[in-house]
Order: sequence, then structure tokens, then C-alpha cells
Amino acid sequence: MDIVDLSRLQFAFTAMIHFLFVPLTLGLAFLLAIMESVYVMTGKTIYRDMTKFWGKLFGINFALGVTTGIAMEFQFGTNWSYYSHYVGDIFGAPLAIEALMAFFLESTLIGLFFFGWDKLSKEKHLAVTWLMALASNLSALWILVANGWMQHPVGSVFNIDTMRMELTSFSEVIFNPVAQVKFVHTVSAGYVTGAVFVLAISSWYLLKGRDLPFARRSFAIASAFGLASALSVIVLGDESGYEIGDVQKVKLAAVEAEWHTHPAPAAFTVFGIPNEQTQTTDYALKIPAVLGLIATRSVTEEVAGLSELKEKHLQRIIRGQEAYVLMTQYRAGDKSPATINRFNEVSADLGYGMLLTAYTDDVANATAEHIAQAVEDSVPEVWPLFWSFRIMVACGVSMLVLFAAAFWHSAKRTVDKPRWLLKFALFSLPLPWIACEAGWFVAEYGRQPWAIGEILPTHLAVSQLSVSDIWFSLGAIVVLYTIFVIIEMWLMTKYARLGPSALHTGKYDLESPATVKEA
Amino acid sequence: MDYEALRFIWWLLIGVLLIGFVVTDGFDMGVAALLKVLGKNNDERRVMINAIAPHWDGNQVWLITAGGALFAAWPTVYAASFSGFYIALMLTLFALFLRPIGFEYRAKIDSEIWRSRWDWALTAGSAIPALIFGVAFGNLLQGVPFYFDDILRLHYTGSFWALLNPFALLAGVLSLLMIVNHGATYLQLKTEAELKARSEKLSALLAPVCAAIFVLAGVWLFLAVDGYSVTSLIDTNGANRTTEKTVLISAGAWFTNYDKWPLLWLAPALGVAGFLVCALASKTRRHISAFISSSLAIAMVVLTAGVSMFPFVMPSSSTPAHSLTMWDATASETTLMIMFVVACIFVPLILAYTGWSYFVMRGRLNEQHIRDNSHSLY
Repeated sequence: MDIVDLSRLQFAFTAMIHFLFVPLTLGLAFLLAIMESVYVMTGKTIYRDMTKFWGKLFGINFALGVTTGIAMEFQFGTNWSYYSHYVGDIFGAPLAIEALMAFFLESTLIGLFFFGWDKLSKEKHLAVTWLMALASNLSALWILVANGWMQHPVGSVFNIDTMRMELTSFSEVIFNPVAQVKFVHTVSAGYVTGAVFVLAISSWYLLKGRDLPFARRSFAIASAFGLASALSVIVLGDESGYEIGDVQKVKLAAVEAEWHTHPAPAAFTVFGIPNEQTQTTDYALKIPAVLGLIATRSVTEEVAGLSELKEKHLQRIIRGQEAYVLMTQYRAGDKSPATINRFNEVSADLGYGMLLTAYTDDVANATAEHIAQAVEDSVPEVWPLFWSFRIMVACGVSMLVLFAAAFWHSAKRTVDKPRWLLKFALFSLPLPWIACEAGWFVAEYGRQPWAIGEILPTHLAVSQLSVSDIWFSLGAIVVLYTIFVIIEMWLMTKYARLGPSALHTGKYDLESPATVKEA
Repeated sequence: MDYEALRFIWWLLIGVLLIGFVVTDGFDMGVAALLKVLGKNNDERRVMINAIAPHWDGNQVWLITAGGALFAAWPTVYAASFSGFYIALMLTLFALFLRPIGFEYRAKIDSEIWRSRWDWALTAGSAIPALIFGVAFGNLLQGVPFYFDDILRLHYTGSFWALLNPFALLAGVLSLLMIVNHGATYLQLKTEAELKARSEKLSALLAPVCAAIFVLAGVWLFLAVDGYSVTSLIDTNGANRTTEKTVLISAGAWFTNYDKWPLLWLAPALGVAGFLVCALASKTRRHISAFISSSLAIAMVVLTAGVSMFPFVMPSSSTPAHSLTMWDATASETTLMIMFVVACIFVPLILAYTGWSYFVMRGRLNEQHIRDNSHSLY
């Protein structure tokens, strides 16, 4: 493997592990705030115990979120230094604002959340919890503004003198439609994760017949919060589909295995086996018109297919080749008006010209084969996207059904929930994580071959490190993260099994001295 | 406000963030590094950990923010330093990994071995970054080997082992000791009885050592480390032309700023004085003075390094013309302006609620308090 593969692998690994912890933080923070609000409004201490107990699990999860988060911020500089130089003028700002506006607040208040119970009035502590939840969501906003810009880079222009992209409109970057939709979709997915987590563990207590009042109340709050969130994820996921159809046509075509443009409205492939060789989808089961409706909100607009998109890419690569050559001439000292004017005409395709650097050092004399290869690689592989998208949607729908049933039974105030429902909830525990990881895979793998959509190819974005350096860091990270995740899961399981007895209030089912000694 | 002014302001702001990091995260790193030194038993170590438990996470965000601000305001510096010091940065990262989980998980299992492992993890997780940051500064002062190619891709040609040279190691030791000392002054404020007495003793001993190393490093810098100076005109109001200047390497060049503005001698002088006052205050049990003078001293150490190198931030020893300065390795004027406004709004807010959180958690901790709240504390 070369430095590009290794750097990508390291980024993918660290990002995916980081996102095991983020969604639970986002969702659980709001659930804690809701539980504590009920406590402050009703004065019933069981709700304070709920806040404290689920807060304990929140803390175990949050620690690894912080640990794996530091790696994310360092990594752009360490492993993606050309990326950092090339787009830092735009991309760095939301990351810095995230720290100043959100992460500072969240990290300062989390200390008061855990250690301020006896030092703050009820109302002040509640305010701390709410602000902590809001700050974690604000964090997500800025990170997704940054990520949205990678997908759909707006509000910026290439500066040939500084050899990088520079900011022209910060409001365009913030109100980037891709970023906005991604933000709401992602935080809603976090809320669903928090809700499934509480629902599944509460269901386990109910199945065991333990701490029933505690478990029932947790179940009720999680089911209501979860139902609203699941609906929001799905509606906003659909909105996401529309945005992608608008600005990321390649990703949409790959996700839907649209090999060719068909007459409008496009059909939606529910199931099938994408076949890269024949550029068809075998055994396809299609619903007419649905994809056209999702992606274009019309029955007359076409959804572009991959082969048609590649034809467009060919044109852009040829113009990009010229842009790249002019850029090199300019930087070598040829600052004649003719060069500058022509460069400005073709500079929008400079990124496409850069794609050629993966196949030849001499972009000016790239052969027809080099260009054909670049065109072929200008779209991501179809089957991983096709499948991960469908896995995400299937998990999402299954969780919606779960919350609908759970909410129905909570609303009916049935004291004993049916066992099938409790088991359904318990076994749904991994679903939100599978859906989140699959969703991020679609977003990021679907962006390839670009680090910054149509601006900077991934292979150019890396740091010029040695292969052995990255093997060292990747190896160490894999070993450390594996140990951390095992410890985290073990502690989480231990405390989840112990339940509210872990608080040592003397009120819960397992609090004979022998069973709680260890905690 | 013009581009030149913004660039200067951002040099100051990056300095403020770095100082914010060493002053706040510095003391919690120092406390954690002292766990096995000052804490004689589990209760004492828990007192130490809980003295910083509500605050270390917020403090660490100064580092995250400094990283983010570097990315936004000096993208090329962020790219060059993080990828150039790759192995060193990775080791820092691995060490920092251990802190959040160390604090959170240590008290979750009632086992002596479990706690001891996490004590070592917290010690390493706090001492190693402190050491490496010092080593990094020591190397920046000597220049590091890198150049840019024709599309401004950075190529770093040094090795990890070359970073571990005598001058840089001295800087690393200074960084570690001043942070450990800073931790000890914080413990003077937050603990009682024996733990407090041990912290006073340690500061009284360590602070003069820090002063001595700081002076020694200064003399070494003057006698044996060549400085850098820009010999062409940089257009401080124009676009970055990072690779188009000429730079001279010469003995004593790091002291030209002091010749030009003698008032700058205040920075190193206050640094030395801060350490000495800290030692005296610790001896005479003036805990607040000890903490403040330690904060002042480490802030001045950082400032001294920055002032000596100004306008350089990352000189290149192999291709001096490609050195990064705070005039020609910055973000665009638009980005600097936006980030300046954001910083003006949020830094005061951060200081306000951070201050409030210290106010809420004020007071000393003792072993009895730990035993009484065994299940809710770390």
C-alpha cells in the first residue's frame, strides 16, 4: 500500500471509531436534559436518579468521544498537509469556531454536570445540562459545515499566487444547503441513537423484571423522543437525497446504481446486484418514478447516469489539463495576459486536471490512456455505495417501526409491555450505529476520487510522509483504539447491567452490599 | 483594519491561545504528572484527581482551539508543523488519548491494579505532551529542514531522531518542569495538610530550577544557536509569497528584536522573576501568589520564544527562503477578519463561564470529602 491508501485507511478508521461515540453523546445529552427537566418540574427524585444514571453511561461514552476526537483534529495537519494548505483558508474556520463557540462550552459544563450537583441550585444545574446538550449540537453544526463544504465547496475561489482556495463568502459556506441538510440529518440520527440506547437497556430491565418504575419511565421518554427523531431522520434523509441529486450527481448515480440516464422519471432500485463489468444491475427490483421524485422533486427531470456523467468528466479533464499546464507556466514566471486570461477561462476545471497527476508526472503530455483511466476513476465503485445505503435505510425503517410500537404502548399506558416489543427493542441496540457508519460511508466513499468535491483529488491531498511512518501510526492507533473500545464496552455493559443501583442511593433492586461492592 | 494589522493581531492571538493552553491545561497536566510523586495513597491521589476533575476537559480545549486557530489563521504553518513533526505529534496524540479515559475510568472499578495502571496512564498522558511541546519549540528555534515544491507541497527532510538534539531536549525539560511546578502550585490552592505541604516543598525546589534552565537556555541560544532574519522586503499587506523571500542565517539573529525594542527584555526578565517569586511564595505559604507567579512565568517563557523568533514561526534550516513567517504564511484577509470577530466575541465569553465554573467548584478538597462521596467522584 502507498501513502495515499494508508492515509485514507487511517482516516477512515479513526473517523469511524470516533463516530461510534459522537451520536450517543448528541442524543443522550438531550435525553438527560429532558429527564432533568421533568425532575425540576415535578420534584420527583426518580427523575434525578435517571439523569444521574444515564449520565454515568454518558460519561463512559463521552470520554472516548473526546479521546478519538483529538485524533481527528490533528490528522488534517499530520496526514493531509496539502489539503490543510490548499483549503485551510476555508476549512479551518469552522473547525476553529467549533472549538471557540461549542466545544469549550460543552467541555467546561460537563465538569459542572458531573460534579456540580451539590454546588448548584436545581435550576442552575438544569441550565448547565441544557447548555451542554445545546453545545454538543452546535459542535456538530460546525463540523458538518466543514464536511458539507468538502462535499460541495461554495463561497471560495482559487488563488494562483498563493496556490490555494480562498474564502469569498463565509455566509455561503455556513448556509451551504448540503451542510444544513447534513446537519439536521446527522443530529437527528444522534437522537435516534440515544433513544434506542435508553429504550433497549430499559427493555432489558423490564424483561428481567428489575427496577420497574425506573425502567418504565426511561422507556416512555426514550420512545417519544425516539419516534420524533426517527421521523426527522427519514424526512431529512429524503431532503438529503434531493440535495445530492442537485449538487452531487455522481454520488447519487453510484448509490442508486444508475449506470445510464433513463427517460424521466427515474425508477428506484430497491434491490439488485450491481455488476461493474456489464454496467448493469442484475436481478433489479425497481419501483417506477420514485427516484425521480426523490432526487428532482419532479416527474419530468432526468437523473443523470454514470456513463453520461463520465462523458462530461472527459471534457472537464481535457480542459483541466490545460488549466494545470497554464498554472504551471504561470508559477514558473510566465505572467503574460494571454496566459492569465486563458487560465481564468478554464480554471474551474483545474481540479479535474489534477486528477491526471495520479497517472503521470507530466500532465502536459498525458496520453489518451492516462485520460481514459482518469475518466474511469472519476466515479466511485458502485456496489459498496449501493449496499451501504440500503443497509442504512433498512436500519432506519426498522427503528421507525420500533419507536412507533414503543410509543403506542407507552401512550396506552400499558403497565406490562408485550415481551416481543421488549425483545425487539433490546435486539435493535446495534442498529443506530450500523446506520450511522453506513451513512458516513456513503457520504465519504461516495465523494471519491475527491478530497474536496471537484477541487482537490484525494491522492494529492496527503502529506509527503514515508510509508513506514504511517504504518507505525496506523498500527499503534489500531492497537490503542481496540484496547480502548474493549474497555469502554466492558464498563458500559457492567454499569448497564448494574442499572440505577450503581448510584448507591439505597433505593434500587440490586443494592445488597455484595452485589454493588465493585462499583 | 488592514491585512498587516490583522496578521499581527493573529500572531498575538495564537500566542494568547498557546499561553491559555499552558496556563490552564498546564496545571492539570502537572497535577496528573505528579500523581505517583505526591500522592502517597489512593485517597490522596483521588484528592489530586478531583481537584482537576471538573476542569481538565475545558482546559484541554485551549489546545484544541490553538490547533483549530492555527488551521484557520496559519493553514500552512499548521500543515507544515503537524506533518513535519509527524512521529512526535503522533506520540503526543497517543499520550493525550490516555487522559480522558484515565480520568473517567479510573474510579469505575474498585481494584488497586486497575487504579495504578490508570495512574501511570495519566502520568504519561500528561508528562509526554509537556515534554514534546518543549522539544518542538526547541527545534523551531533552531530551524527544521523542509522545502516546498512548485505546487507548494511541503517536503520535510528531517527525521524524528534529529529532533532529539541537546538544545531541544533542554527546552523539553524546561517545559516539563515548569508544568509540573505549575501543577504543584495549583495543588497548594486546592488541597490540605500533608498534600499541601508536599506541594509547597516541591514548588520551592522546582521553581528556581526552572528559572536556572530558562536562563541557561537563553545563554545557549545566544552563544550557540544561529538565528534567522529576512533580508528582502516582505509585502506585509499583500498575498502570501511564502517561497519568494531571502533569508539569512546568522549568529545572534534571535536577539535583534531585543536590540530594536529593549522593552522586550521584560518578557524573559518577568519569566525569571515569576519563577523566583513562585519559589518564595511557596516557601512562605502564599498560595495564590505562588499560582499567579507560576502562571506569569510560564506565559513569559512562551512569549519569550515567540518574541525572539518574530516574525518567524517555523524557519527552514535546509531552504531558509521557504521559512514560514507570520507575514507570509497566513490565511486570507477575509478569513483573518472573520476569525478575529469570532475570537472577540467568544474568548471573553469563554473566560467568563470558565471563571464561573472555577467559582462554583471553589474550595479545598480533603480525603474525608473523597470518602464521603466515593461513588460520585472520580
